[in-house]
Amino acid sequence: MATTENLPTAEAERPIGFGRLKRKEDARFIRGQGTYLDDIRLPGMVHGAMLRSPYAHARILSIDTSRALAHPNVAAVITAKDLETLGLAWMPTISYDTQAVLAGDKVRFQGQEVAFVIATDEYSANDALQLIEVDYEPLPAVVNARKALDPDAPVIRDDKAGQRDNLASPLWEAGDKESTDRAFAEADTVVTRDIIYPRCHPAPLETCGIIADFNPATGQLDIYNGNQAPHAHRTVYAHVAGLAEHMIRIRCQDIGGGFGNKVPVYPGYVCAIAGSIVAGVPVKWVENRTENLTSTGFARDYVMRSEMCAKDGRITGLRVNVIADHGAFDSTAQPTKFPAGFFHIVCGSYDLQASHVQVKAVYTNKAPGGVAYRCSFRITEAVYLVERMVDALALEMKVDPIELRLRSFIAPAQFPYETTTGWTYDSGNYAATMQVAMDLAGYNELRREQAEKRARGELMGIGVSFFTEGVGAGPRKHMDILGLSMNDGADLRVHPSGKAVVSISAQTQGQGHETTFAQIVAEELGIPPEDVEVRHGDTDRSPYGLGTYGSRSTPVSGAAVAVVSRKVRDKARQIAATMLETRPEDLAWEKGRWYVKGDPEKGALIEEIAARAYSGEELPEGFEGGLDAQVIYDPPNLTYPYGAYIAVVDVDPDTGHVKVRRFIAVDDCGVRINPMIVDGQIHGGLAEGIGIALMELLSFDEEGNCLNSSFMDYLIPTALECPDFELGETVTPCPHHPLGAKGVGESPNVGSPPAIVNAVIDALHETHGVEHIDMPCTPARVWAAMQGRPEPPQ
Amino acid sequence: MQTPAPFDYERATSVEEAIASLQRLGPEARVIAGGHSLLPMMKLRLAHPEYLVDINDLAELAYIAEDGDEIVIGALTRHVELLKSELLAERLPIFRDAEQVIADPVVRNRGTIGGSLCQADAAEDLSAVCTALKAKVVIRGAEGERTVGIEDFHVGPYMTAVRDGELLTEVRIPVRPGAGSAHEKVERRAGDWAIAAASAAIWVDGGKIADAGIGLAAVGPTTVHLARAEEVLRGKAPSEDLFAEAGVVATEDCSPSADGRGPVDYKRHLAGVLTTRALRRAAARALHQEA
Repeated sequence: MATTENLPTAEAERPIGFGRLKRKEDARFIRGQGTYLDDIRLPGMVHGAMLRSPYAHARILSIDTSRALAHPNVAAVITAKDLETLGLAWMPTISYDTQAVLAGDKVRFQGQEVAFVIATDEYSANDALQLIEVDYEPLPAVVNARKALDPDAPVIRDDKAGQRDNLASPLWEAGDKESTDRAFAEADTVVTRDIIYPRCHPAPLETCGIIADFNPATGQLDIYNGNQAPHAHRTVYAHVAGLAEHMIRIRCQDIGGGFGNKVPVYPGYVCAIAGSIVAGVPVKWVENRTENLTSTGFARDYVMRSEMCAKDGRITGLRVNVIADHGAFDSTAQPTKFPAGFFHIVCGSYDLQASHVQVKAVYTNKAPGGVAYRCSFRITEAVYLVERMVDALALEMKVDPIELRLRSFIAPAQFPYETTTGWTYDSGNYAATMQVAMDLAGYNELRREQAEKRARGELMGIGVSFFTEGVGAGPRKHMDILGLSMNDGADLRVHPSGKAVVSISAQTQGQGHETTFAQIVAEELGIPPEDVEVRHGDTDRSPYGLGTYGSRSTPVSGAAVAVVSRKVRDKARQIAATMLETRPEDLAWEKGRWYVKGDPEKGALIEEIAARAYSGEELPEGFEGGLDAQVIYDPPNLTYPYGAYIAVVDVDPDTGHVKVRRFIAVDDCGVRINPMIVDGQIHGGLAEGIGIALMELLSFDEEGNCLNSSFMDYLIPTALECPDFELGETVTPCPHHPLGAKGVGESPNVGSPPAIVNAVIDALHETHGVEHIDMPCTPARVWAAMQGRPEPPQ
Repeated sequence: MQTPAPFDYERATSVEEAIASLQRLGPEARVIAGGHSLLPMMKLRLAHPEYLVDINDLAELAYIAEDGDEIVIGALTRHVELLKSELLAERLPIFRDAEQVIADPVVRNRGTIGGSLCQADAAEDLSAVCTALKAKVVIRGAEGERTVGIEDFHVGPYMTAVRDGELLTEVRIPVRPGAGSAHEKVERRAGDWAIAAASAAIWVDGGKIADAGIGLAAVGPTTVHLARAEEVLRGKAPSEDLFAEAGVVATEDCSPSADGRGPVDYKRHLAGVLTTRALRRAAARALHQEA
């Protein structure tokens, strides 16, 4: 069951189809032969650099660009005034708000875009930034989300007609208030906690950037830009810039990590496009690390108050009130009808009597964003909250936290299960998965070890989390982004030699799509994965679809590839029938071959069928020839992966330093196409979870200055903070996915922070009375909690 | 991309040439060795030197050797060499303690001991190590060499006794019998600057502490030398109580400021805990009782 061993795949064991196959793309990555945005240099290309606001909130009195323009290598300086003439000073966000491309009236967060310099080289462009003089009148800043709606709070979005406060969107609710009130009234135990999921950042190692290349002669706009949703970006550019969509081509080269940070369209992109249209030459802009951390899509920032209740020993109800800090513009990226994303999956893996969720979103003088960092549209926040609350309740009830979970789980026979907030979970056997994790961990033995250590004055903690995710957005009837359905296309062509090209709209940022999707075609057609080329990342050469985020690649694009492969297989059956002079219904399929039922010697291989399909020989009646197909896949539901995680930590009693000694992760993501890639995804997400739980934080002082603007201050974890992860699996196939697969990419990031924080509290509760500690659990913050004065993150 | 402002660059081929360049170029010139502090500051445009004098070719400044009753370390010796040195591991194990927790392998492959000391960042580990070991540094200028005690070397935050036109060339560490030394650090993450760190050395003679040295990192505007705690230790037999007493002095005699790594009270607390731990380990080594 455990998959901790990571044996190399022997040449002879290479699977035709699913299995542990080394990633095709790694050959170029491990040799340093990947092509990232900054590797691309076009003839005549010039460079952009962005001037940014030093203030979190200030009126712009004047901008003087004359000294910058006098720099010998500077071609142009663009300000909001210039963009106004092009109608590009403001752009729509994914959440139907507007965002300033370049600030004209006011700056609303530190690091906001103010002016864009174009020069012959990036050194000159950056030098020229220092020659621009901006006269600011500083205004008081709103930094704390809890104070954003105070009557005396300065109004940040005075650009919006009728906006008189800092409410970003109306109160949003899920579940049912009355039945929840009833559940609490009938309960015998209630716990309340104030819990913050602090602002953190996806911080991909490759920062964001673009090359815009507008050809004034043809009107064609070529864009090179590592983003997670190239087709959606193209549509947005067509809307924003008024360009003809068919004259825009976006190419995503290799991407050095996305994690949701590369979903939005950023002002730098629009400036580079505007710059290329004006200058008629390619304009490259690549942000630096500080710009990435301080201005692009951050993650989380949910301030939550929650109550959970129990009756007769099991969990019965949940109440949650959230203040969501969106920053200066609401550019949260999620299906449009879901302003709090999928947060209302906060009822978790439990068969609750009732639940009620309220989310209020506010503007603050901080960078915009909020839905990113492997979060499955806010399921990270939801799982963190519910799994912290279950532990709090277990403490109050003096019952083992696993025992309370086991008593309260949705039972296997209840699936498909309708939650109190409206989700329909497709499948699950939660107790079985929990048991595998307990066995892997040696849970009872760990509890004995903990007791012994405690007696010696050592602090050891064991933390559990059990998550259910809803991923693979999504069904056309429920989910869209800016009116675009969240469906994915797939296009499969088998060439006369039997080699195939499958084009997909999902956009890898390192997830191994070139391998996984080839394996799906291989499994369905019975040809080797190396004979299948996966084409993606070029809007001219791939079908429309909404990209890769929210763990949607396998649930949506993976299903599309399976379905298109089956279409091709059916076509091959028709041709094979003609070749074998029989009827299609008299043929049976084995991997790679149609054969005559009752006469298995008589058959045709896929490559033979492909050759026939393009030949001059007879084809089935009415058949046009060729062996290809295309589909658009509309998922009937989300897929609902789940998992049981157990963290073991040691806390230094004198310094508060937390070490994650063991981490056990048992994931059920249905059928695994490439278990090695799944393991890799889990390893990466667990490392991120350790980072979030222990060190990652975007914090601000009272003036709104960001205190974590480089990797010296924004810490991301290293291998030294990560134990050897102990992985396990159960397989509960998704009943509605053609392969039985569920998404998995975000599960480890979603599931691991609560396990670690629960473990830290488990280590400290008995000896130090600690009931809650907000992330990140840095040594200083843990020590403060041990002294009886835990503090929320600033 | 992060780009530095324009600057001029010279690559020295000898110590004399480096010093001549520094003399000629004056206060706007900076020496660059490993570059892992200076280059990031230039790219963030927090430092704007007009000239860089690169000393990476000065192989004569890269060595670790015994010289009479001293161990001498050339200024261009890289962290990785300090980490690997068997001589240091045997005689001055505090170096290996510290080097295991200084930055990461990439930085350790390039960064130098001279650069670390001259950067004079209060959070820098080797300055505390050299303080505990009562090291001396050799500074060379056009007029010749002078030797400065580590006490007088750090004159303030990011400020040292090295004057314009001068180059730090060597670190000299006295070797005395009965020595034990250790370095303790708490960091938020491997490779991060210390929240606090303590370096301790003791010299035991006839069951008594003949002398002690303690330096603290990251708990003051510059490296903190715990003279009063050293005085507490001198002439007494090593014991848990004594080390705890020195730890209390450490909490009193440091002057940390609050930042993203922690508040003042926590850093004071750590200064005490780490001083006690470093002394405990140094004593175990001196008495050959290390577990």
